Amino acid sequence: MALKGFAGFAIRKVSAAAITVFAIVCFNFVLFRIIPGDPVRLMFHDPRVSAHKIQEMYEKFGLAGSLWDQFVAYLRQLFLHGDLGYSFARRAPVLEVIADKMPQTFLLVLTALVIALVVGTLLGAIAGWKTGTRLDSIIITVSLTLYSIPIFVIGIIVLLIFAFYLGIFPLGGMYTIGAGLTGWAYWKDVLWHMFLPTCAIIIWYAGEYIIVTRNSMQDVLDQDYIISARAKGIKESAVLLRHALRNAILPVVTITGINVAFAISGVIEAETVFMWPGMGRLVYASVMARDYPVLQGLFLIFAVIVVLANLAVDLIYGKIDPRVSVGGGQ
Amino acid sequence: MSWLLKRLQGLREFLKLLLTHNMGKAGVAIFVILGIMVIFGPYMRTVDPMRTGVLQNILQPPSSQFWFGTDHLARDIWSQTIYGARIALLVGFVAAAVTTAFGSLVGLVSGYFGGKIDEVLMRIVDFFMMLPYLPLMIALAAVLGPSIWNIILVISITYWPFTARVIRSQVLSLKERAFVEASRSVGASDNLLMFSEIMPNVVPLMFAEAVLMVTNAIYAEAVLAFLGLGDVSTMSWGIMLHFAYDSGLMSMAPWWVIPPIACICATILAFTFLGTAVSDIMKPGYREARGL
Amino acid sequence: MALIDVENLKVYYFTRAGAVKAVDDVSFSVDKDETLGLIGESGCGKTTAVFAIMRFAAPPGRIVGGKIIFEGRDILTMSAEEVRLLRGQGIAMVFQAAQNALNPVMNVGQQITEVIHQHEQVTKEEAWERARKQLELVGISGDRAKSYPHEFSGGMKQRVGIAIATVCNPRLLILDEPVTGLDVIVQRQLLNLINDLREKLGLPIILITHDLSVVAETCSKVAVMYAGKIVEQADAISLYKNPAHPYSKLLIEAYPSIKGEKGKLISIPGAPPGLLNPPVGCYFQPRCPAAMDICLEAEPTMVAKDGHIVACHLYK
Repeated sequence: MALKGFAGFAIRKVSAAAITVFAIVCFNFVLFRIIPGDPVRLMFHDPRVSAHKIQEMYEKFGLAGSLWDQFVAYLRQLFLHGDLGYSFARRAPVLEVIADKMPQTFLLVLTALVIALVVGTLLGAIAGWKTGTRLDSIIITVSLTLYSIPIFVIGIIVLLIFAFYLGIFPLGGMYTIGAGLTGWAYWKDVLWHMFLPTCAIIIWYAGEYIIVTRNSMQDVLDQDYIISARAKGIKESAVLLRHALRNAILPVVTITGINVAFAISGVIEAETVFMWPGMGRLVYASVMARDYPVLQGLFLIFAVIVVLANLAVDLIYGKIDPRVSVGGGQ
Repeated sequence: MSWLLKRLQGLREFLKLLLTHNMGKAGVAIFVILGIMVIFGPYMRTVDPMRTGVLQNILQPPSSQFWFGTDHLARDIWSQTIYGARIALLVGFVAAAVTTAFGSLVGLVSGYFGGKIDEVLMRIVDFFMMLPYLPLMIALAAVLGPSIWNIILVISITYWPFTARVIRSQVLSLKERAFVEASRSVGASDNLLMFSEIMPNVVPLMFAEAVLMVTNAIYAEAVLAFLGLGDVSTMSWGIMLHFAYDSGLMSMAPWWVIPPIACICATILAFTFLGTAVSDIMKPGYREARGL
Repeated sequence: MALIDVENLKVYYFTRAGAVKAVDDVSFSVDKDETLGLIGESGCGKTTAVFAIMRFAAPPGRIVGGKIIFEGRDILTMSAEEVRLLRGQGIAMVFQAAQNALNPVMNVGQQITEVIHQHEQVTKEEAWERARKQLELVGISGDRAKSYPHEFSGGMKQRVGIAIATVCNPRLLILDEPVTGLDVIVQRQLLNLINDLREKLGLPIILITHDLSVVAETCSKVAVMYAGKIVEQADAISLYKNPAHPYSKLLIEAYPSIKGEKGKLISIPGAPPGLLNPPVGCYFQPRCPAAMDICLEAEPTMVAKDGHIVACHLYK
């Protein structure tokens, strides 16, 4: 049953994604069960707590029984109740703790990704078009250098220069605490706080987009359909846009999917350096507090976000490249 | 003995080629500086980087006594910087070696045998590649505990799939080549084929990948250390940054932060340049294009 | 008066090692009712010479000399804008069959209407109708206008290329290796199509190929190129019956014949000279069976002989 066209393509991709998510769930379980130490005993230092009560606690937190029992309990908890566990350190359900931080992270990441994509693709296209010129060399050297520097390092540099020494931007956080701003003033304050961490992320990403787009553009400009388009008498600008760029951006769409995985890693670094109250900073705090349930929940959510993002990118790519979804041959 | 001589000659040839490449030159230069730091560290006016000092010497800017100044526990930053090179290169080389070895093995087996083995292995590879690398490393490091060897293990677990994919591609394209078919018709066994025909052509690629993998390892050690998952019994550049940031005194002591940042960036750039140079050199036609 | 007159064309590639004389003093012309076949080995400069007609010179190549007179005007002195307007509409080109000459992300109808919209003021519907008709003209069902290039076979892609090139009724059509890389049955179909179109549209054609049989099927006039120069020009029949230049002779002899006696396969030993530092004297001399002393010293000039134009010291 080979479904034709886009519908078939979409269904295949979605099923693959579902299987991957399940695999991640299993992996997540295994990973965090290697933890040495007993979280329940840590919570109840008091030796007077009865063994019965402790047993109750074990069961409540799904730590009772054999490994297989625990696994089943975990799956049931997750899929039937949407329960990611309980944070011992924060005394709150993990899902709640994470959900609280999600919007801030999305705000940061999506803004940075969009700007990086636009700027990076443009610069990369220019570099590819003008390969061999001075402008091209400058663009590549700068992007290769910036791409090699870890985001947290870029973050520290930027923080020191623009926040500490020049004092243009705040030292961290998402908004000025205690200022009680609302409405437009609040958002302006947030934007001001958001500027540096976003820049740190953009500087790194744009580098990658530049390099990929440049290579892609170089490949495309070598193709015969470019000269074939010129032979039709089309204006150079149209050749570049309709023929060159339109084909050159295909790899860019592909790597955006992979980039989400990178973006998550990057946002952990950026949020930590700039004390931005999102999921990334939560990772750092949880590591410090040895809050494993939250770490486990975060890992799961990050991985699932990556799968979903890749799925979205695959579907979009299927729409823009007819070779993938429309059947080939005669 | 003559085998050794031949290898040494090959090495000289290779170095000469490397130095004709622009990036190669830069990479080699930085590498030499790192080497000096590693080998001659103890002779370069250094002390134990972990040794704390007296109160008056806390957070001192660079002076004739402390070339790079001191940190918040009056430790000598110059020494920390110099000895940091040892850890960086240790972690870098070992992690790169382990990752490349394991990844290449999987790639070779998968590419050569194909079929079910390939499918299963590639599914595993794809799965691992889909997991976001920093959360994965953090989870592994948190679970395994801080120690230099655990960090190396964490890096290898995270990055091996990338090497596997690259090597597998190469093996697949080599398989197509006629000489493998020719060997086969003479009745050579599978193992023999794999090693004698494909290995020599894959080894250069493995080498280039290993060099680039060093950059990932350096990055990973630095970021894990910065986030507090590093091995505090060592004073790597990443740990330096961790202490600097964590103490809240970063802005007051730029001399604390600049050396590790410069070293991390320089090392990553060096190996990026070297990796790019190596893979350019391996490409056929490199010599001709330069008129060598 | 010839439709197009190429005079003393020179196209050089400027590399770090020096100037490669890819096309060195080439002249030919095509009349309204002619089909010129340009034949030669790979690398002899035929494609470069013909690309120059549309003022295409891929860097590091540059057109350094000569004239290309089309409909009374020298293309090499026109402004960039005038050349651009000429392309696709005055002179049109169809590219090598096996290559990627069609944009993979546009459907074929759009690729045809693109040319139409560039040169004429028509509505979208009119252009689309014309595109469909053009596809029918080259033997493809108009319903396939919405299909993408990867959905077509090599031969059909070539037909699409011809449709694109002919839709705006160009006055000169250039075909670069139109059937190379296609199987013989498809080759025949395409050559028939080309001949058909030529008659129907009254189109003069310049055809580049290395395949003698293709030239025999379609061309009225032939020019043989070697190492950046034209060594012989004649009408097709005369060339086949009485090749004058030793190279032309060898080319024709090298072509195996299905009919007739079975003989050994002949090839021309040696290789063309490097065009970076070309030898003194005749370029073909090292491989020429009729070489004489003078061939080592001086380049032969073009002379007329029995309706052929030939550059060889054998003829004075």
